Amino acid sequence: MALHFEILGRFNRARAAQLTLPHFVCQTPLFMPVGTQGTIKGLTNNELERIGCQIILGNTYHLALRPTSELLEEAGGLHNFMNWPRAMLTDSGGFQMVSLLHLADITEEGVTFQSPVDGKPMLLTPEESIQIQNRIGADIIMALDDVVRTTITGPRIEEAMYRTLRWIDRCIAAHKRPHDQNLFGIVQGGLDPELRDICVKGLVERNLPGYAIGGLAGGEDKDSFWRVVAQCTAALPEDKPRYVMGVGYPLDIVVCSALGADMYDCVYPTRTARFGTALVPEGVLKLKHRAMAEDTRPIDPTCPCMVCKNYTRAYIHCLVTKDAMGSQLLSYHNLYYMMRLSRNLHSSIVEGRFPEFVCDFLRTMFPKGDVPEWVCNAMEVAGIDISSCCAPFPPCQENDSSNELERFDKVKIEI
Amino acid sequence: MKFAVKKALSSSGARVGVLEVGICPAPIETPALLLATRKGLPHFISPDLLPSLPSPDSNLLQVSPMHFLEGLSTTTISKLGGLHQMLGLQQHGIAAVPRDSIQCLPESKAATKLGASFETPCGRLLIKPKDYVEMISCMKPNIWASLADEVPAWVSEKRNKTSVDRTLRWLDDCISLYPEAGSIFGAIVGGTNLEERKRCAEEVAKRNVSGYWIGGFGLGEGIDERPALLRAVMDILPDEKPRLTCGLGLPEEILQGIAAGIDLFDSTYIYSLTVGGFALTFSLDNSGEQHSLQSDQIGSDLTKINLRATAYRKDMSPILENCTCYTCKNHTKAYINHLLNVHEMLAQTLLEIHNTHHFLRFFHVIRTAIQDGSFEEFRQAFLESRREHFKGEAIST
Repeated sequence: MALHFEILGRFNRARAAQLTLPHFVCQTPLFMPVGTQGTIKGLTNNELERIGCQIILGNTYHLALRPTSELLEEAGGLHNFMNWPRAMLTDSGGFQMVSLLHLADITEEGVTFQSPVDGKPMLLTPEESIQIQNRIGADIIMALDDVVRTTITGPRIEEAMYRTLRWIDRCIAAHKRPHDQNLFGIVQGGLDPELRDICVKGLVERNLPGYAIGGLAGGEDKDSFWRVVAQCTAALPEDKPRYVMGVGYPLDIVVCSALGADMYDCVYPTRTARFGTALVPEGVLKLKHRAMAEDTRPIDPTCPCMVCKNYTRAYIHCLVTKDAMGSQLLSYHNLYYMMRLSRNLHSSIVEGRFPEFVCDFLRTMFPKGDVPEWVCNAMEVAGIDISSCCAPFPPCQENDSSNELERFDKVKIEI
Repeated sequence: MKFAVKKALSSSGARVGVLEVGICPAPIETPALLLATRKGLPHFISPDLLPSLPSPDSNLLQVSPMHFLEGLSTTTISKLGGLHQMLGLQQHGIAAVPRDSIQCLPESKAATKLGASFETPCGRLLIKPKDYVEMISCMKPNIWASLADEVPAWVSEKRNKTSVDRTLRWLDDCISLYPEAGSIFGAIVGGTNLEERKRCAEEVAKRNVSGYWIGGFGLGEGIDERPALLRAVMDILPDEKPRLTCGLGLPEEILQGIAAGIDLFDSTYIYSLTVGGFALTFSLDNSGEQHSLQSDQIGSDLTKINLRATAYRKDMSPILENCTCYTCKNHTKAYINHLLNVHEMLAQTLLEIHNTHHFLRFFHVIRTAIQDGSFEEFRQAFLESRREHFKGEAIST
C-alpha cells in the first residue's frame, strides 16, 4: 500500500479526507481531469497547478500506443515525461478498448482487439495492463475489469462480474510496484444489487488500497445510478478511498459525495469546453448562442478564475469553436469550476456546513425548486434535508408515497 | 505614444529608439517585434502565460480589426471599453493594422475607389475608410495604420499608381474622420515602383501623422528589390517618427528592414514555424555567427528543428539548453514530439512560447549590436554564416 487516507470530517455518509499519495497530498472529495494522451487539452502544467488540480488521469490505452509504455519507462515514468509534479492515476485500458474498438472481444484471457496502428491482432491481459501501468508509474493504477454497459441485461453482466474478480487476482500477482503504486479494484455487477454485493465482498477480501465503482456513467437512468453508488459506498470499507469512475456532471458529484464517494473523473468539463459550453453554478452556459454576442458579463460573476476576471461572454463567444484560444480559455474556466466544487465539498464537510452547501448548490441550479426526483431520493438516503430547495409541490413529493416505499422495499440491501 | 531615436548609425539606416505607449510598464526599445494575434490574443499562448515572455519586449501586439467582424459588433467592443479592456491586456501596446498576413489578406482585384478589399474568414470584405475609422474608434488601439490599397508586385503601372492615389485619399479621410488623431501611422504604398514609392512617402510626410506604416511588402517583390525601395522611402521620411512595416518576417528580412531604418515589425514567421512543428534554434551570439555548438541537430538547418522528426522521440533535453523560456525550462523535445504525434494543442502552445521568446531575444541582440556600433558586421556575419551552411549542405547531398 502506497497511500494514506485520513478522514478529517463527516456529515452522515459524506466524508472529507486527506489522501496522501507518493507524489502529492490531496484533499477529497476531488475531481480528476482527464489528460488522455499525457496532457490536459491545451493547458500547461503551471495552469493546472494554479487551478488546483491534484490528480490527473492518463489513459493507458492511448499512452501504450503513443509514445508507448517502454518509452515512458525510459523517461522515468509519465510524471517525468510530462513534468507533472503532482499525483496521477492511470486506468487499465479496458474501457477504451471496449468503447473505441468495435471489433474488440473479451475472453477469459483478456481483451483481444485489432491494433488501430497496423491491424494486427492484439491481446490485453490483466498482466499486460498492470505491466504497462507499472512502466507508466502513476500513483494509482486500475485493475483490468470486464466492463459491461449498464444498458445491457442478461447473463453477460454476471459473467463480467465474476471475471472481474478472477482478474483482480491476476492483477495483484502481476503488480511489481505495490510500494509506490496503488492498485484499485473496480466493483462491477451492472444494476443488479446482488451481483454488486458479491463483487464488493470479493474485492474487499483482497484488501486493496482503494476501490472504484465502475460500470456506471454509461447511459443508465439516474435513479438506478444513485442506488448502485449508495449500495457500494455503504458496503465498501470506511477507511479507504472510493472512486466513482466516469462521473461527471457537477450535480452527480454532489450527490455521490453526499452518499460517501471521494474521487471522480470525467472528460465532460474539458470536452464541453471545446464545444463552447461553460460550467456555471446555474448549470451550463452555451457561449455559442447568438445572445452571448452582446452579453458583457463574465461567464460566472462568482468565479475568481483568470477567465472570469478578465473576459466577457461576448468576447469568448467570438472565439469559441473557431479559435484554439476559445477552447483553452473555456477549458481553464471549466476545470477551475470543478476544482472549486471539489474544494467546496471538502471544506464544507470539514467545517460542518455540508447540508447548507448542498442546499445552496441545489437552489442555484434549480431556482424554481424543480429538483429532480432522483436527487431528492438520494439525499433522503444520504440524510440531507433539502426540502428548502424544493418547490411547495415538487415532483419528488408529488408521487404517491406508498409507491416510494414499495420501490425501496424491492431493493433489499442496505443502502 | 511617444517615440525618440536614441542612437542612429551613420553607416546604415539602423537606429535604436524608445517607444512609450499606453500604460506599458516600461518603455519599449526599438527595433521591436509586434506579436501576431488572432482576435487580440496570441494564437496559442493563453494570456496568463504572456508574462513569462521577456518584458516589456513582449508587450506590443498587432491586432487586425477585421478579425472581430466574425462575431463581435463594434458597439459591444465599445461597451466593453475598447480592446485593452476586452482582452484584459491593459498594460500592452496595441497596434491596429488591417492586414495580418495570415488570415486577413489584401485582395487588390476587389478593391474599389470606395474601399480596400480583404480576404478574411468571413469571406471577402470591402472596407471603407468610414467603417474602418468606426472600428478604430470603438477599439481604441494605441497605434493604428490608415487604410491602404496594397497591391502585389506584378500589377500594372496604372494599377499601382491608383493604389497610391487611393491610399493617400483614404489617409486624409482617416485623419478627418478621427480628429483625436490618436496615434495614426500614415500608410505608404507604391509597390515596386521607385517613383511611386517616393511620391507616396512625400505626400504622407506632409500629413500630420505620428508615424508611418510601410505597406505593400511581402506581396511578390523580390528580396533584392526591397533595399532600394525601402531606402527611397526612408530618405524622405523624417527621422524622429517611428516606422512600422508589415510582410518582412524572416530574420534576413528583419535585418534588411532594420538596416533601412524600420523600427517596428510584425511577422508571421513565428506562427508558420509553430503550426509546422518547428522550433527556432539559430544562434543568438553577439557576433551574428551562426555556427551552432549543437552539432546534433537532426533534420535541422541550424536555424530551426522539426520536432516531428522521429529522431526526437527519446530526446529528453530541452529545445535549447540555455533558453529561459517556459517551454525549455519545463519540457523536453521528446514530450513535444509526442504531443505533435497525437495532435495535441499543447504542442502549439509550447512552441509558440519558445519561438516568440527566441525571436524577441534576436531583436534584443540586434539592438545591442546597434548600440555597440557593430550592426553591419553582425548582419554580414549572420547572413553569410547562414548561407554557408546551405552551401555546405548542397555540396554534400
